[in-house]
Amino acid sequence: MHPAPTTPTTAAPVRSHEERTGPAPAPSGPTPAPAPRGRAVDWRRWTPLGFLLPFGTLFLITFVAPICYALHQSLFKLHRSGLGLTPPSTVFTGLSNYADALADGAFTSSVVRVLLIGAVQVPLMLGLALLLALLLDARRTPGKRFFRLAFFLPYAIPGVIGGLMWSFLYQPDVSPIADALAGIGLHVDFTSDSWLPWSVGNILTWGWTGYNMIVIHSALKAIPDELTEAAALDGCTGWRLAWHVKIPLVRPALLMTTVFSIIGTAQLYNEPVVMKAVAPNLSSSWTPIMAAQNEVAANNYHAAATRSVLLALVIFVLSFGFMRFVNKRGAAL
Amino acid sequence: MKQSSAGPARAGATRAAGRIGVLAVLVLAALYSLLPVWWLVVSATKSSSDLFSSNGFWFAGRIEIVRNVSTLLGVQDGIYGRWLLNSLLYAVGGALAATLLSAMAGYVLAKYTFRGREAVFNTVLGAILIPAPLFALPLYLMFSATHIVNTFWAVFIPSIVSPFGVYLSRIYAAAAVPDELLEAGRIDGAGEFRIFRSIALRVLQPSLVTIFLFQFVTIWTNYLLPSLMLANDRLQPVTVGLVAWKEQRGQTVPYNLIITGALLSVIPIVVMFLLLQRYWKAGLTSGSVK
Repeated sequence: MHPAPTTPTTAAPVRSHEERTGPAPAPSGPTPAPAPRGRAVDWRRWTPLGFLLPFGTLFLITFVAPICYALHQSLFKLHRSGLGLTPPSTVFTGLSNYADALADGAFTSSVVRVLLIGAVQVPLMLGLALLLALLLDARRTPGKRFFRLAFFLPYAIPGVIGGLMWSFLYQPDVSPIADALAGIGLHVDFTSDSWLPWSVGNILTWGWTGYNMIVIHSALKAIPDELTEAAALDGCTGWRLAWHVKIPLVRPALLMTTVFSIIGTAQLYNEPVVMKAVAPNLSSSWTPIMAAQNEVAANNYHAAATRSVLLALVIFVLSFGFMRFVNKRGAAL
Repeated sequence: MKQSSAGPARAGATRAAGRIGVLAVLVLAALYSLLPVWWLVVSATKSSSDLFSSNGFWFAGRIEIVRNVSTLLGVQDGIYGRWLLNSLLYAVGGALAATLLSAMAGYVLAKYTFRGREAVFNTVLGAILIPAPLFALPLYLMFSATHIVNTFWAVFIPSIVSPFGVYLSRIYAAAAVPDELLEAGRIDGAGEFRIFRSIALRVLQPSLVTIFLFQFVTIWTNYLLPSLMLANDRLQPVTVGLVAWKEQRGQTVPYNLIITGALLSVIPIVVMFLLLQRYWKAGLTSGSVK
């Protein structure tokens, strides 16, 4: 199920992982199915390999190898001699980088921070997306095409550009929103410590509600008309129809959007990085990816690799845990 | 249609109230979605001083958009144009290559039986569920060990690998490419690659457009990977360049030009979205991976 990594070069104890699924386009063995027909068969047998090779090679380079490399690097440390006169040497240190990362308050609090942001933002966003999808699905709603397009537009704007826009909208000296609020006597600094999680959460909600709405709306449209009509004949209309018939039927779509929103929040990066330009107090390890990149900037590559692996584990546990939860309830991806 | 038990007049009144309520929610949500974009458009027409002094959601006296664009294109030896071209090169080239590779792999996974097929497909599925940004940092560490960082290839190579594309084209090929057509091609003596090129690719066309679009947008909007990989600002895409300008707090490039640059950079994507809506929806609902 997962490009399970193994460290190829070290004898180091590799962290527990699932079965190793051959990620490479392994040379295909004897093909069972097609009937042998002269010499063409030999070529036919190698065809799949030929087709898979370009993608497979690049997949190995860009997905499998980096994981292996990061796992490998996370087990070593750069050892500098006391005076710094000799070049530093790389020493195998087992899991001590992991112990360091877990003891690093900046890193662990970045993980907790994104989990908290997600816990508030994801339900809010999906609730809004569901509400809008239901309204657009109702028979008498006017201007459906316009509204659908309007809600979807923010998704068309690259995350980092959306972040850039909002950073201006939050920036005290330019912000028309702060101006308007000041006009009614409310003085809000969106870039202050206490507001930052909300400000970032708002950028995410703005950017992704329309996307989730489209997914849920498509699921709603797939509900057969006979079903809703039958419910309507029984006197089940409006909100009762939505609650008792429609929402249960789109639960797979809701669970799917939940999983992807969780994954999305865990890898939060673009928005806070852009926000840094207007919020100097935003720490450089505000989210886990930022924390890992922070270690790169400080030339602590081994520490950066360790944090990447830990974040991957967190996301793996969250997303696959949720998948199993979904599958147990018989909802397909 | 059966009328509910309440009097028709009262039912009509509540229904009207309900419809006003629904409309109010929709309008509020549309304002939330559109106002920031409106702000971007309006602000791109302002001079630097008007940006600070005028109402953010309405035009200032003079419309300076033409001047803003021409100044923007001249800043730092025209680096903004260079960034746009870079983005275009990464996105068009990368998406084309990714589409072809994905189509080949997905087609083979759908239409041939061979040992390890499911294992390969499951690996690809797993890769979809692990978000690409997670790979950016390890990839940087690896590329920097092999001295590929700060080259065109450091951004381009990762861009042409699209597990989602493989997934999409496998699903589509399994459903849309009939075995009989392939057999007919074989009986006519066509080679396997010829069959792929002249039969499968043609049938797969709609899904290829979807893959291309998704990969184009993924690359165009990518920030983490190029910002890690590229120190040379002449290789950077427009996203990285704009954020770097913003980080200098308007000191090298005034805010109104950054805003104009942001507006120009989203136009290609928004236009694509509007023109190709049905492909978007196909991609979103058949896997829904960013």
